[in-house]
Amino acid sequence: MSSNDPYEDLTITTGAVVEPNTSLVNKTGSWRQFRPVIDQDACIGCGQCDTFCPDQAAKPIGDGDVYGIDLDYCKGCGICEAECPVDAIEMVREEA
Amino acid sequence: MAKAEETEDETEILKGTSAVAKGVMSADPDVVSAYPITPQTGVVEKLSELFADGKMDGEFIKVDSEFNAASTCIGASAAGARVFSATSSQGLKLMSEPLFTASGMRLPIVMAVANRSLSAPLSIWADHTDSFAERDGGMIQFYAEDVQEAVDHVLLGYKVAETVDLPVISTFDGFILTHVQEPVDLPDESETSEFLPPRDPTYTLDPSDPKTMGAYARPEHWMETRYEVHRALNESRDVIAAAVEEFADVFGRDYTEYGGMIDTYRAEDADYVLLALGSIAGTIREVVDDYRARGEKVGMVRPRIFRPFPAEALRDALAGKEAVGILTKEVSPGYESALAGEVKAALYSADDRPAVQDFIIGLAGRDVTKDEIAEMIEETKATEREMDFADEESWPQLRDEIVNEEVDFK
Repeated sequence: MSSNDPYEDLTITTGAVVEPNTSLVNKTGSWRQFRPVIDQDACIGCGQCDTFCPDQAAKPIGDGDVYGIDLDYCKGCGICEAECPVDAIEMVREEA
Repeated sequence: MAKAEETEDETEILKGTSAVAKGVMSADPDVVSAYPITPQTGVVEKLSELFADGKMDGEFIKVDSEFNAASTCIGASAAGARVFSATSSQGLKLMSEPLFTASGMRLPIVMAVANRSLSAPLSIWADHTDSFAERDGGMIQFYAEDVQEAVDHVLLGYKVAETVDLPVISTFDGFILTHVQEPVDLPDESETSEFLPPRDPTYTLDPSDPKTMGAYARPEHWMETRYEVHRALNESRDVIAAAVEEFADVFGRDYTEYGGMIDTYRAEDADYVLLALGSIAGTIREVVDDYRARGEKVGMVRPRIFRPFPAEALRDALAGKEAVGILTKEVSPGYESALAGEVKAALYSADDRPAVQDFIIGLAGRDVTKDEIAEMIEETKATEREMDFADEESWPQLRDEIVNEEVDFK
């Protein structure tokens, strides 16, 4: 864990108030059971996955022509797979 | 009831909701946010009038639902404000989710709850189903017997809430207390400011020094935050005891019996005791007097506070009695009444525990008469000492003629 982890050496204050930026270290993608895999050749860069992603985990990559998934936060809901207009996204089971 | 010194010059005849609103005014809240619901509406209606007339300095924030009333209170309280809200019944259910959050965030929100039954079927009349459903929310719960207590509990609520950093709900029975006109000693602002100094928040939302409040705790931290809420509730008993002492000094009304946790009436030498919450205690006092006039040793014990639970006070007041009858306006479907279950649990470790019989009564505003209370005293007296705790609650007011005899499952 990095030294700027707000949870490091945490004692519980009244109301469990902590320093900001907790979302930077809470990698909620660890809850995921299925991982979206984007076929970069098929992706047309329309951004529908970004529009529909409930966690803003789909992002343009490179020159912005194609999209990728931030696996630190993607929870594997599969909405992007359902919404992709060119079926470029496949949900793959995470290995244990 | 308070053992009040007569101060006739300050006494006004006021409707319950108006009296509570004026008590709140004396506490000078920075923010009030609420949504109307019968039978609470009069409280926030009067407060909005006091704001509109320039008699209160804070801000009345209008919202579209009780969920957002409670959420507005959370935001304002997190920013350091003294806040107030009021609700009833379905409104309290809609507030339930943010109120659990308020407790976890340790925000001293004070609310008046005009007790009312929960749908379905719909009813607007009083019982304790609504506030009992919030039992595990980590809020301190006061129950008022009369309008004076409904006013005073709000002020005590602020004192305790802002000392221990927990929300408080101050309940008073819908219609029975909200819509009754009673003589009330209204606290003026100078008295209340002596009793209740400005809030000194532990943390505040401040853009120049950002903090994260209540956002996300990992499994290795969450249990400790819940434990802290539990510990604060437990330790609030001492804070309540100190608050009622100071309250008596400033306002002259004495709620110091058992450190403010329970109120007793002719119970000390009683063989049989009735236990109840809220306004029904007034009727019970009269029946107790009737029995005493005949030389029968009957008394009453009334918890003023349900959370933190007054277990030690109840053991002290009830141990050694022949039998205790619990009259309660709620049921936990599937297992008796929540109040009775907790009283029995508290008495289990008493040295000389009394027999206990609980009675589910007065649901959704059904009147409970003196004759019915006398019958419950007789049933309590007949409770077999050997049985100790009755296995089943009693429903003395149940109209058997309108209940299907057979449970009609498909």
